[in-house]
Order: sequence, then C-alpha cells, then structure tokens
Amino acid sequence: MSFFFGVVVPYAALITFFAGLVYRVVKWARAPVPFRIPTTCGQQKSLPWIKASKFDNPSSTAGVVGRIALEALLFRSLFRNTRAEKVSWQGGPKLAYRWEKWLWLAALSFHWSFLIIFLRHLRFFTAPVPSLIRLIDGVDGFLRVGAQGLFITDVLILVAVTYLFLRRVVLPQVRYISLPSDYFPPLLILSLALSGVLMRYFFRVDVTAVKELAMGLVTFHPKVPEGIGVLFYIHLFLVGSLFACFPFSKLVHMAGIFLTPTRNLPNDSRANRHIDPWDYPVKIHPYEMYEQEFGKKMAEAGLPVEKRWM
Amino acid sequence: MASLPKPDELAGINYNPPRTGWRDTPVEFRRGTYCYGAKPKNLEAVGLPNPRDWSPEDQDWKLPENWKEIILEGLRERLGRFRSLQIFMDACVRCGACADKCHFFIGSGDPRNMPVLRAELLRSVYRRDFTTAGKIFGKLAGARDLTEEVLKEWYYYFFQCTECRRCSVFCPFGIDTAEITILARELLNLVGCNIDWIAAPVANCYRTGNHLGIQPHAFKDMIDFCTEDIEKVTGVKVEPTFNRKGAEVLFITPSGDVFADPGTYTLMGYLMLFHEIGLDYTFSTYASDGGNFGLFTSHEMMKRLNAKMYAEAGRLGVKWILGGECGHMWRVIHQYMGTMNGPADFLEEPVSPITGTRFEHARSTKMIHIAEFTADLIRHNKVKLDPGRNNHLKVTFHDPRNTSRAMGLFEEPRYVLRSVCNHFREMPENTIREQTFCCGSGAGLNTDEYLEMRLRGGFPRANAVRYVHEKYGVNTVACVCAIDRAVLPTLMDYWVPGVGVAGLHELVGNALVMQGENDRTTDLRGNPLHGREEGEDV
Repeated sequence: MSFFFGVVVPYAALITFFAGLVYRVVKWARAPVPFRIPTTCGQQKSLPWIKASKFDNPSSTAGVVGRIALEALLFRSLFRNTRAEKVSWQGGPKLAYRWEKWLWLAALSFHWSFLIIFLRHLRFFTAPVPSLIRLIDGVDGFLRVGAQGLFITDVLILVAVTYLFLRRVVLPQVRYISLPSDYFPPLLILSLALSGVLMRYFFRVDVTAVKELAMGLVTFHPKVPEGIGVLFYIHLFLVGSLFACFPFSKLVHMAGIFLTPTRNLPNDSRANRHIDPWDYPVKIHPYEMYEQEFGKKMAEAGLPVEKRWM
Repeated sequence: MASLPKPDELAGINYNPPRTGWRDTPVEFRRGTYCYGAKPKNLEAVGLPNPRDWSPEDQDWKLPENWKEIILEGLRERLGRFRSLQIFMDACVRCGACADKCHFFIGSGDPRNMPVLRAELLRSVYRRDFTTAGKIFGKLAGARDLTEEVLKEWYYYFFQCTECRRCSVFCPFGIDTAEITILARELLNLVGCNIDWIAAPVANCYRTGNHLGIQPHAFKDMIDFCTEDIEKVTGVKVEPTFNRKGAEVLFITPSGDVFADPGTYTLMGYLMLFHEIGLDYTFSTYASDGGNFGLFTSHEMMKRLNAKMYAEAGRLGVKWILGGECGHMWRVIHQYMGTMNGPADFLEEPVSPITGTRFEHARSTKMIHIAEFTADLIRHNKVKLDPGRNNHLKVTFHDPRNTSRAMGLFEEPRYVLRSVCNHFREMPENTIREQTFCCGSGAGLNTDEYLEMRLRGGFPRANAVRYVHEKYGVNTVACVCAIDRAVLPTLMDYWVPGVGVAGLHELVGNALVMQGENDRTTDLRGNPLHGREEGEDV
C-alpha cells in the first residue's frame, strides 16, 4: 500500500502532468497567431517627441518581455482592478470607482507563497541542498514561535487561499459565475497546505525517511522506508492530484499567461508587417465594377473616370 | 421607442444576480434591447449564407437543417486558426475582475453582460465538444449542449458587446472579449444570424465604397456643400479634389463625416487644414469610407471591404494614405490592414510634405492617423492657431475604445486639443485612456431600435462627462471617432443635457488662422464667438 501511494501515485501524477502540459501547450502553440492584436494599455510609439509607454504598450521584444514579466511576477493587469459602485449623489444615481486591491493582494500572496513553498520542498529532492534553497528556507523561516521556526509562506498561503475560496462563496456575483469545478482547486490546495502544516508543526513525521523516499524517486531507485506516517501519504496524494489535473483544468492559466496574443506581441503592426499563415484570397468589388455601375454619373458630375462614358 | 424609460428609472439598476442560474434563464427578446435580424437582400449582396425573412422574436429562426454541424465545424476550424481562441477558451479562472468593467453590465446589471459570462456562453459549448473534462464531467465541468436556445442567447449577447476590449485591460490573462465576440459573430453569420444594422452597411460598403450607400456624384456634392459652408464662415474657398491621379496623399475618412452633423463640421476642419498647408491630396469616391462593418461580421468580410484602400491608392498612384478620425476604422488599419491587404510595397513610407517628418511607425502599412499628422504640424509651428476662438467651449476628451486599446493613440489628440482650445479638462482617470468607456453603440450597434440598450451601455461614459460638466462646466465632448459623433449627442441629451459633441478637427478648424480669411464672428457651426461680435465694429 505504501508502495502504491509512495511510488506509483507520484510517478503517475508527474507523467500525467508533463504529458498533459506538453500536449496542451503544443496544441496551443500549433494554432497560429494570424493577426497582431495586443491590448494596448499606454501611449503608442509614434512621434519622437511623444513619450511611449514601454511596457504597457511595448513596441519591441524587450518591451514585451518586460510586459510579460510584470504580468507573471506582479500581476500587473489585476493590479488595475477597481470596483464600480452606484452611489446616490446630488439627487441622482452616479457611478464611483473604488479602490479594490484585495483580489490582487490575495492572488499575489497565494502564488508567491506557493512558489516559495515548492522551492523549499526541493531540499527533499537534492543532496547536498543547493545554497539558494537553504537561503529561501532561512529567510522564509526567520520568525520563531517558541523553539520552532514558522514559515511566513505557510501562514500566507492558508490565509490567501481561504480568502479566495470564501470570496467565491460569499460574493453573489462571483458565486454566480463560478462553475462547480471552480471550487475544486482552492479546496484541494487548502487541504494540501493544511496537511503540510499539520505535518510540520503538529504531528511530526520522520523527515529523514521522507527524504530517503524523495531521493529514491528522483534517482529512479524508488524504495519505501518504514514508518513515515499516513499524514505524509495524504499530503503526497493531494500533491499528485493537483499535478495530475493541472493540464486538464483551468490551472493551465499558468501557461496561458505567456502565450496570450493580447500580451505577448509588440504593438508594431504598422511598422513591421505581420504574416497570417492561412491568409487566402477573397472576393472583392474592384474599381472596374464600381465604375461600370457609376461611370456615367461620375462623368456627368465631372469626376475623373477610366473609360469614356459620355 | 415610445416606452423609453426616464433616466432615473433606467439607472435603477440591480446588480444582484437572479435566483436562477444563467444557463436556466431564457433570453427575452424585449424591444429596445435587441437588434433586428439581417434582411435577405443584404446577405445576398455579399453572398452570405441563409438569407431569409426572419425576426429574432420569432419562435422559428429558419435555420438550415444542419445548423448545429455548421456551427461546430466552424468552431473547430477557428480553434485551429486562432491561438487566441484556444487560450481564451482554456485559461479563464473566473476570478471576476472583468465583471464590473463592462459598460453593458454596469448599465444593465444583466449578469450575462459580465465579460466572463459572455465568454462562458461560447466556452460551455466548446467544453462539451472539444475538451476531455467537458466530455467526461459534463455540467460539473461547465459544459452544455448547443441548442437553438443557446444560439439565440449568442445572438442576443454577442450583439450586446461593442468589442471595446476594456475587460481585456483588467484580465490577468489578457482574455479579450472582443476577439471572442468577433469569432462568435463569425459563427452566427455561418447560419445567417447577423443584425441588419451591420448587414446593410456591409452590403452598401461593398458596392458603393461606403456604409451609407452614397453614390459618387452625391459624395462629391456633399463635400462641395461643406466647402460652401467654409466660405460662409471664413471667406476662403477651399477646393478638394476627387479620384485624382498623381496626388501625393489619399485621404480616407469615415463616411459619417460627410453625411451628417456634427461629423460634417469635422470634415470642414480637415478641408480647411489641408487647404491652409497646401497638402497635395485627393478624396476617393470608391474608397469613400474608412469605416469597416466587415470587422463586425467576420475576418473575411473585413478583408473584403478593406481591400479598396490599397487598391485605390495603387490606381491613383499616391505615395501614402492619411486616415481621418474614426475608431473601428483604426482598429482595422492598425492591427489588420497590413497583414490582410498588404504588403503595400508600391507605396512610400509616409513623410509629411510640410515638416519633413518621417512617420517611421507606419513604414509598413503606409497610413497615418490625422491626429499624428496634425500634432506634428503644430509641433513644428506650421499652422497659425487662435485657441481663443474656442473659448466658448469647455472641452473634455473622450478616448474611443479602438484607438485606445488597439493602438494607444492618447497624447497626439491631447496635444492638438491643448493647442487649439484654452479650456480642457480630463474626465476621471478610471474612465479615460486605456480605461476609457465605450459610447455604448459601437461594433455595429448604433441603431435606433436598440436605443434603450445603447443608453444603458453609454451610462458610464455619460456619468464621467456629467462629473466634469458639474464640476468644471464642461459643455463639449471632443472625440476622434465618427460613431461617437453620431451617437454621443443622443447619449448626452439623455444623461447630461447641455453638453455637445465635436470632432477634434472641428476645433482645429475653429482655431485655424487662414490666409485671406475674414474676421471670424462665428465658429464652424455658426455660433457666435464670445467677445468677437463687438470686435467687428471696433
């Protein structure tokens, strides 16, 4: 049984994750980008004395890299979020736009915490542990509660995911747009984080044995040490589920952010011609047909024409 | 339209979602909130499928027998052609950041106007037929079957989106509802479900070169009429040319500028400016409209209608093309034209003959925006301006959705505006530039039978105007879009009475000091200039 949960599940999950993600990204990448359609969120590059917006309306590849980096690392677009509200003012209904950065803050805390926790976990899969990972571990865990180090990201991820989940349940509009499948990822991640927190702070598992299992997995010499504890296998199973459903659910948004044509193209379509690979000839109404129909009227009105009409 | 509610009633919007889920809430085709179906003759004119007499209110939409197959096959084809569509179908996490960014949601409270749900209308069908999770888990994974009810829902809501891209600015993955709407409308067009307000202009545009169906002699007459008005106001006779071979520049503007005020005042501004700087340019009656309702029909139709621009530039042998003030026309020119209708190798990189400035940013497409052109002129002191002639106007600036979020034209028009008028105030920052609110009537929805929905969609824009109107006494909304000029007056009269609408180059025309002009006593509209009436006698 522990072999199943300790070896089969993680391998199966990883294979599904990589195969699925490659399939998905290849499927996306195989579809062409026929037109250059960036959403421009700043001043275009036109006249030399007008300052162009380098990242919000990039005109070069460097600008695009900056724009994508801002999106992926800082959630630039989500940061713009506001809340439209109807207020009664001077006797009539009016609209006001309120500060609303909670979604951005929760999303950013959640994703960064997840990344840092993921990187911290690499200490189980590396020997010796690289210094970068030690450093992350040290910085993240500098707070002390009693004798034990407390990882800030553990707190953040629990708070952030809970907020994101509750928001979906409580806010009527967000509840209205939610699909049943939208409740699954936050609950899964919440359980995952909780099982990790329980293991770390309350019901300690044999870390040496866990590392032995992990090293066995990455070196393709899987073996299952005795007495790791059921909590660990629950944790591992939840990770496996997350990885396995990643490519087949909305979680692929992680890959989407890099490929989205409204963000990853420079706004330079008037300077450099973009090629549509499936462009085909279309039926048009040429000038000759136009003059055929209106030539006489044109000539009478003194408009230049190609043929003689009068 | 007799039953149009009062502003206070219309603004009594309920943002709480209904008790029934959106999938279980049938669409109600209520007058004022949907557009009439395309007439058969307009579909036939351009060879679009399934022309027939029908109305969205009918039970039977007279769809082809295999309509479902057609739609699903069409969707499959588009998933293979547009990476954007695949990513936008897969990547949404339903975080809800887009929800209250849509002017139609803010103005109606209808949850299916939240961009996320508008996309889910299509996404749910995509999941059922094109994803593993949807095939296995069905409803749990948010999948649903394509039925006639779903198709009707598409028609209602994809013709209730102005493709303004405001949601795309706020989406953490850049999901662009405009792209989704464009492709959904393509699918609807496969079975003949367009709206007539788009189909008719498309048919006109294909045959006559402009949406309004103005024939060449009438086009010339209308512009000649404007030159008479210019002479009345300024005493200067301007003489535009038409279809003239060998001109340096081909000028293309939306036909709305030629057709009706306040667009015609903008046209007068162009004509005066070109005359004053001695630009060697020509109009074309064949390429007599820069606007392109093909964009609201399909990528193919957009290409078919836009082909005339390069074709005419080539026939006339001009060096480059100058484009007038228009929103969606500039979306097409900036993001599609070079790709679709190019390469324009037979033209030259645009160079201003007056200042010598090379417009390098347009070196491939060879077409520049008139705000870019005029800003450059003013920067180099090539025109004499008297901004005092606009002192009776307290101006704010409305950024059109397309030049804002599909181009980034912000500073050029503002530079021109600051040079030609003394009283300019910005609307609140959440409502301008890349966050600008659409007029609510774009993307082919500027039809009268749709007035209630247009007023709802325009509410956020009007609300911002009302703010500067009450705070600073703003009485004029300046804009660089022909649809804005056509629809904002109605919107202002309804929500913010006392505020007028003017094109940027109307204000340029007011301020422009021309050689040999009379002492001007009125603006281009014939309204007296403050303090000038007495000046006459002195």
